[in-house]
Amino acid sequence: MAHDEQNIRSVPEPGSKGNVRMLFVMVAIGLICAFLIVLTYEQTRPVIERKQEEALKKAIFRVLPGIKRTISFVIADGQIRPATDAPDGVRVHAGYDDRGDLMGFAIEASGQGYADIIRLIYGYDHRSQKIIGIQVLETKETPGLGDRIEKDPAFLENFRALDVAVDSANSKALHPIETVKNGKKTEDWQIEGITGATISSRAVGDILGTSSESVLPVIRMNISKVGHLNQEE
Amino acid sequence: MSSMSDKERLGFWEELKSSPSTNEFLKGIWKDNPVFVQVLGMCPVLAVTNTAENALAMGLATTFVLLMSNVLVSLLRNFIPKQVRIASYILIIASFVTIVDYLIQSVSVELHKSLGAFISLIVVNCLILSRAEAFASKNTVKYSALDALGMGGGFLLGLLCLGAVREILGSGTLFSLQLFPSGFQEWIVMILPAGGFFTLAGWLILINYTKERKLS
Repeated sequence: MAHDEQNIRSVPEPGSKGNVRMLFVMVAIGLICAFLIVLTYEQTRPVIERKQEEALKKAIFRVLPGIKRTISFVIADGQIRPATDAPDGVRVHAGYDDRGDLMGFAIEASGQGYADIIRLIYGYDHRSQKIIGIQVLETKETPGLGDRIEKDPAFLENFRALDVAVDSANSKALHPIETVKNGKKTEDWQIEGITGATISSRAVGDILGTSSESVLPVIRMNISKVGHLNQEE
Repeated sequence: MSSMSDKERLGFWEELKSSPSTNEFLKGIWKDNPVFVQVLGMCPVLAVTNTAENALAMGLATTFVLLMSNVLVSLLRNFIPKQVRIASYILIIASFVTIVDYLIQSVSVELHKSLGAFISLIVVNCLILSRAEAFASKNTVKYSALDALGMGGGFLLGLLCLGAVREILGSGTLFSLQLFPSGFQEWIVMILPAGGFFTLAGWLILINYTKERKLS
């Protein structure tokens, strides 16, 4: 024990030899740690991807109640393509009922929250032109405050019929989504924020606003392409 | 024949009880319990014990990080210069936290989501750094591993004590199993942050009372 204390106190003379040793040890530890992390990452990646895919599927069925099948599309450069052709872009999942009729779209969106990127998915009903549900897929918001964006029932009530109507030329939103203070909601396109989680709830509003303004016009222009599923498909 | 094996077993237990390994392991569970005696790592203790499942997952994750970092710090204890030891420990701990983050995600995306930011916050759990600095940097790999298992076990025990009470009272369930008939009115406050403080206080009173009575 005494030996240990002595060891801690006896700081070696600052010199090039000690410095090199410090540097060497830190780099060595860094290399060991990096190796371990990469190893774990490589081993767990396929499993994590599969689980995330399952979670996404569950979320799609939750934001589009009543659907039986989905087909995934990707929107890039104002074009809508089957997800198998173009991997890059906004992922959109069209949901169909058991007769093959189009019921709506589940659209993935993300943006900066208070702590980190918030990833979410929202259900869009193309007939009523409303957002009919959201599910947060990934968030690191402050527990107890910011993470209420996915749990607070009063906040989620905002997304049962949020007006995101597009003008008749399908070029822009009639009323951009606004996030207002708790209790100040008067219009269908307004989101009532959470007191104590202003930044997180405003982030959700901004994510939905940005995404709906860019994605919905494209969807509406191409609705005939994805309108109905043939029975044999 | 049977009396002899009894004697042998007694000898084995006696030996086990007095061996230093047992002591290093057991001190974390009871005598120096990280939650109830050292009161370390209060952030996860108060925040993620709203359900027993979260408490279990957090306890296991912390134990894993504690065990791995203690072993690695102990292995490298003679190589790490004193001036950069804290930086080295943090590097080691942060790496294992990243690893545990991937592992939890591969077990369950839902669990990963419900633990949220607290997985990354294991890095700053002072229990882990304090064991690396106070124990693993001065002891052999064997004792460091036992120390980590004991401290991790004690931490897990503390988390479970809080998690179980809070889930039973706050949701009427334990590990998501319904415990009470449908008429049960949940104490919502127990699953809110305030409930964490109440429950911790309750356990501290109970444990200190028991200890004091034992002494007198």
